[in-house]
Amino acid sequence: MNAMKTEAETSGAAPAAWLAAAPRQLAEMNARAGWSLDAGELAAVQTHFRALKREPTRAEVETLAQTWSEHCKHKTFTSPILYREGKSTKRIKSLLKETIVEATAKLKKPWCLSVFEDNAGIVAFDKKWALAYKVETHNHPCAVEPYGGAETGVGGVVRDVLGAGLGAKPVLNTDVFCFAPPDYDGPLPSGTLHPKRTLTSVVAGVRDYGNRMGIPTAAGGVWFDAEYRHNPLVFVGTVGLLPRSAVKKSVKPGDLIVAAGGRTGRDGLHGATFSSAALDDSASVSAVQIGHAINEKKLLDALLRARDRGLYRGVTDCGAGGFSSAVGEMAALCGARGGAAVDLEKALFKTTEIAPWEAWVSESQERMVFAVPKEKLSAFAEVFSAEGVEHCVLGEFNDSGRLKVAWTGTVLVDLDLEFLHHGVPRRERQAVWETPKPAAKRASRAARRGEAGAALRWCLAHLNVCSREWIIRQYDHEVQAGTVVKPLQGLHHDGPGDATVIWPQAVVGEEGSYRGFGVGHGMNPSYGKLDPYAMAFSCVDEALSNLVCSGADVSQASLLDNFCWGDPEDPKELGRLVRAAIGCRDAALAFGAPFISGKDSLNNTYADAKGAKHSIPGTLLISATAPVPDVRQAVTMDFKTANNSVYMVGVTADELGGSLWEAFAGETGGRVPEVDGKRAKAALHALSAAIRSGLVLSAHDIREGGLVTAAAEMAFSGEVGVSIDLERVPRAKDAADPVTILFSESQSRFLLEVTPEKEKAFLKAMRGVTLARVGQTIANPILRVVDLDSRTLLEERLGELKAAWQRTLPAALGWPGLNGHNGHNGSSR
Amino acid sequence: MKKPKVLILRTAGTNCDLETASAFKMAGGEPDLRHVRELVSGKTKLFDYGIVAIPGGFSYGDDVGAGRILANEIRGQLRELRGFIRSGRPVIGICNGFQVLVKAGILPHTPAGEQVASLSFNDSNRFEARWVRLRINLQSQSLFVKGLPEMIELPVAHGEGKFVVKSPKVLEMLKKTRSILMQYVNEEGKFAGYPYNPNGSLFNIAAVTNPEGNCLGLMPHPERYVTRWHHPNWTRQTFCKEGVGLELFRNAVNHALN
Repeated sequence: MNAMKTEAETSGAAPAAWLAAAPRQLAEMNARAGWSLDAGELAAVQTHFRALKREPTRAEVETLAQTWSEHCKHKTFTSPILYREGKSTKRIKSLLKETIVEATAKLKKPWCLSVFEDNAGIVAFDKKWALAYKVETHNHPCAVEPYGGAETGVGGVVRDVLGAGLGAKPVLNTDVFCFAPPDYDGPLPSGTLHPKRTLTSVVAGVRDYGNRMGIPTAAGGVWFDAEYRHNPLVFVGTVGLLPRSAVKKSVKPGDLIVAAGGRTGRDGLHGATFSSAALDDSASVSAVQIGHAINEKKLLDALLRARDRGLYRGVTDCGAGGFSSAVGEMAALCGARGGAAVDLEKALFKTTEIAPWEAWVSESQERMVFAVPKEKLSAFAEVFSAEGVEHCVLGEFNDSGRLKVAWTGTVLVDLDLEFLHHGVPRRERQAVWETPKPAAKRASRAARRGEAGAALRWCLAHLNVCSREWIIRQYDHEVQAGTVVKPLQGLHHDGPGDATVIWPQAVVGEEGSYRGFGVGHGMNPSYGKLDPYAMAFSCVDEALSNLVCSGADVSQASLLDNFCWGDPEDPKELGRLVRAAIGCRDAALAFGAPFISGKDSLNNTYADAKGAKHSIPGTLLISATAPVPDVRQAVTMDFKTANNSVYMVGVTADELGGSLWEAFAGETGGRVPEVDGKRAKAALHALSAAIRSGLVLSAHDIREGGLVTAAAEMAFSGEVGVSIDLERVPRAKDAADPVTILFSESQSRFLLEVTPEKEKAFLKAMRGVTLARVGQTIANPILRVVDLDSRTLLEERLGELKAAWQRTLPAALGWPGLNGHNGHNGSSR
Repeated sequence: MKKPKVLILRTAGTNCDLETASAFKMAGGEPDLRHVRELVSGKTKLFDYGIVAIPGGFSYGDDVGAGRILANEIRGQLRELRGFIRSGRPVIGICNGFQVLVKAGILPHTPAGEQVASLSFNDSNRFEARWVRLRINLQSQSLFVKGLPEMIELPVAHGEGKFVVKSPKVLEMLKKTRSILMQYVNEEGKFAGYPYNPNGSLFNIAAVTNPEGNCLGLMPHPERYVTRWHHPNWTRQTFCKEGVGLELFRNAVNHALN
C-alpha cells in the first residue's frame, strides 16, 4: 500500500481555499471537481467549517457531495415548493411527505412491514415470509455506456434487495425502458448513441447480468418516443423474499464494519453526483461502474448463508457514493447518536493507483457493508471464504456522533453525522401548472369508420403495442422454476401477458403451499404531456388492472413510484412533477393501495450545441405487486375456446387525448383519459375476487389502441375468433360513433371470457359494476365487429393481425429465422 | 423407507440448485447442496450419496467457455465421479451441468474418457429461453426416461446449447450405442429446424446418455416442469395432471432405492 498515491497528488488543487473563498471561487472548485453542489450547499459547507475553524479535507467534501446529491437525498422531493395552480397558490413543505408518504400513512395497511426507510419496500408475503421490492433507474450511465450501464443497474438494484432488512433472496427482476424508436433517422447531437444501439446494448446488459445471477427477468415494458433520443430511461427492479424475522436491521456500538465482495478500484467515481447532473457530450465513461455478475452471485450465496446463521446485525449495499454512503448510512443507525471509525487502508483494492478520497467514494461494484458483532467474525469469515468471497474489517461502529475515517493514521474525514445527514439546506423552488384550455370542436370521427381496419393493424404494429418477444426470449424468465404466469402467453406462448405471477415454491420450500405474487406495471408518458395528474392516475389503474387480470388480490396491492423528470429549476417542469405526485397520492388513496418505495431521477435533460436545455417528457413508472393466494386460480389473457361469452367491464367515453388513434388520425385536442376512483376501485376489486373464484377463463385490460386492440390480442394469442357488437358496449353519451368506441382509451376497462356455465355466478359476483356481454368467442379465426347499425364493420383474419403485431421489433432489430416461426403461426388463415 | 441422498453440486455461478433440489425432494429424494470445494477438500464424500446432479447456471461465469472450468475441476480434482458413474448410480447434468459433463469427457462416453463433443454457441448467436418439443429414444438404456411418453415438452434457456461432435464417427458411435436420448422436434414429431431446434444442434440432439443409461446430460430443464402449473399452457389445458419433468427425477430416486 506504500505505492498508493497521496491525497495531494490526486486531488489537484488543494482544498485549502475553502474558508476564505468567495462564492464564485467555490462554484469554480465545484465545477472542476464534479461535486454537483449548488451555491446554497457550498455556502452551508463553508459556514460549517468556518465554525470549526479548519479547512475541510477533499474526502470530507466528497462525502458531503455524495450524501447530499439529488440521487441520494432527493432534495427536490423533500424541499419546500411554492406551487401555483391557476389562481391558487400552495406552499408544500416536502412534496414526498405530503403526497406519496402521506397516502401510505393514511391507509395504514397491515401488510406494510418496512416502507420508505430501507433499501427496498418490504411487505408481508405470508405468515413466515416477507417480500422486498425496489425499482431503480440507471439513465445517465445507460446513455453513455448502455451495456455496462444496464449491467450495473441490475447489479445495483439486486444489491438493494440483498441489503433490505437482513437480506432478501432475489426471485424476480423487472425491466422497463424508454427509448427513441429504433428506426429513428432524425438528427442526433454529438456524443449521443443511436437508439437502436442503445436498445440492443441495454437489453444485452440486462440479459447477461440477470441470466448469470439466476434471477428470472420476467416482467417489464418498453415505451418509445423520439423525445428520449438524448436521454434514454432504464428502470430495473428486483423482488426478493426474506424471513419476516429478518425485516429489521440494527447496528450496535462495537460492531465491526466489514466490507465483503468485490475489491475497490477507480471505476465509478462520482456516479451519484454524475447521475444528478445534466448530460452533455463531455459526460465521462469513467463515471460508469464495471459489473461482474458472478462476483455478485457469490456474494448473494454467502450473504444468505450468513443471514440464516445470524452472523451479522445489519447490512447495506455499496451503491452510489460507495463506502462513504454505505458506512455513513449504517453509522446513523448505531445507538442514539450514531458513529463510525474507519481505517480505510484496510480495504481490499484492485489497484494501488488510487487516492484515499477515491477509495472512500469509489462505486466499484458487488460490495456490501455489514455490521458484524465481534464474536461472530470468525464464523462470518468462514462462510464467506467457503463461497470464495473476500472480506475485510474496515473499523468499528460507535456512538460518538461522528464519522471518522483515517488512512494509515492520517485523518481523512471527521464529520458530524447530524450535519452530514441533516445539514443540507432546503431551498424553496417555484412550481406552476396551468390547466390547458379546452380544445376547439373537431370533425366527427364517424366519417372515418372505413379506416377502422387499417387503424387496428397500425395500432397492433405500433412500437408501443407490438410484440416484445424479441426482448423477452433473451431473458431466462423461468429460472428458479416459479414463473407460473409467464410474460408470453397463449397457444404458441407468444401473446402479450398482463402481470407475471411468481410461485416461489423452490425458494420458500413449503410443499403444498400455492401462494404466489404478481407484478404489474403502468406507464403512459403521452397522457402526461396533456396532464401529469391524469397520467399518474392511469398508471396506477394500469398496474393494478394488470394484477387483476392475472389473478392477484388487488385489495392487498402495494405500489412503487419512479419519477424520471427534466429540469426541476424550471417552474413549469416542476409544476408537472407536483401534479403527478398529487395524482399518485389521490390514486393510492382511491384504490386503497399504499406506496412502499420509490425513487426519483431528475435533471433528465440534454444541453444541445447551442446550449439550449431539453427536458424529457415527464415520465412516471408505477410498479405494483399483490399476493396471488392460490396460483392455481391464475388466468391468462388468451381466449381459450369458442362459444364462450365475452364481457366488457367499465364505461367507454370520448377520451382519446394522447391515444394511438390520435396519432394514427393526426387528431389533437382530445380529452385525456381520467379515472373515476370510486368506480374503478369497485370494478377492480369485484373482478379480482371473481377471477380468484374461478369464474373467468381469460382476462385482459383495455389500454393503448382501445377495445379492438385488446380483443385482437386475446383472439390471436388463443387462436380463437371473437365477435363483438358495439351496440352492447357500455358507454357515455359522448361515445356515439364506432371509431370512438373502438379506439377510446378510457380507463378501468376489461375484456373477459366467461363460460356459459359460470355466467350466472359471474354476474352475481360483479353486481354493482358496469359491464355488459358484448359478444362471444367463435370457432372461425377472425375478429368481427358489428357496428351500431348492425352492419358488419370489421372482419379481420387473426393470422394477419398477429403477423402485423409480431413484425415490428424483429424487422427493426433483426432476428434471423424468427420469421419462419411467424409463418407457421400466421399461415393459412 | 430411507430416502436416497442426492448431491446437488454447487459452485460459483450455479443458479438452478434450489429448483433442482426441490424437484428431487418432490420425487422422494433427500437433496443436499454442496460446494465443489467441499468435495475437492474431502470434507464431503461423493460415495455417501446415491445420486449426483450438476444443475444449470453459469459456473464461474462461463468464462473461457460454458462449463469449462468446472469440467476441468472434475477432470483433475474430482476423478471419483467417473467411478461413481461406473458403480451404476444415477448422475444427471442439466444445461450448464450437461456442458460440464461434455467438457469433462464424461459424455458422450468413450473408453479413454476424452472430450469428443461440445456445446457451442446457438446458431441465433444469443441466449434464448423457450419451450421445446422433444422425442425420446425409447430404445435407449436410460433409467431416467422409463415410463415416459415418446413426445414431451420442456423449456430450454441457454446461449451455448448447440451440440457438435469432433468427427462423424462420434455421431455414428452415439447412434450405435443408442446414446442419443432426446431430439428436438415439431408438433408432428418431425425435425423442423429453428425455432423447434432452438440452437442448431447436430442431428437435433438435446440429450445424451451413457450406453449403460445411468448418466444423463440434457440442455432442457426438467426441474422447471415438475407440476402442471409450470407449463405455459396450463391455463388452457385440462388434461395434464403433473409436470413430465418430475418423472426423470422420480426414476432416478427409484433406481437409487433399489
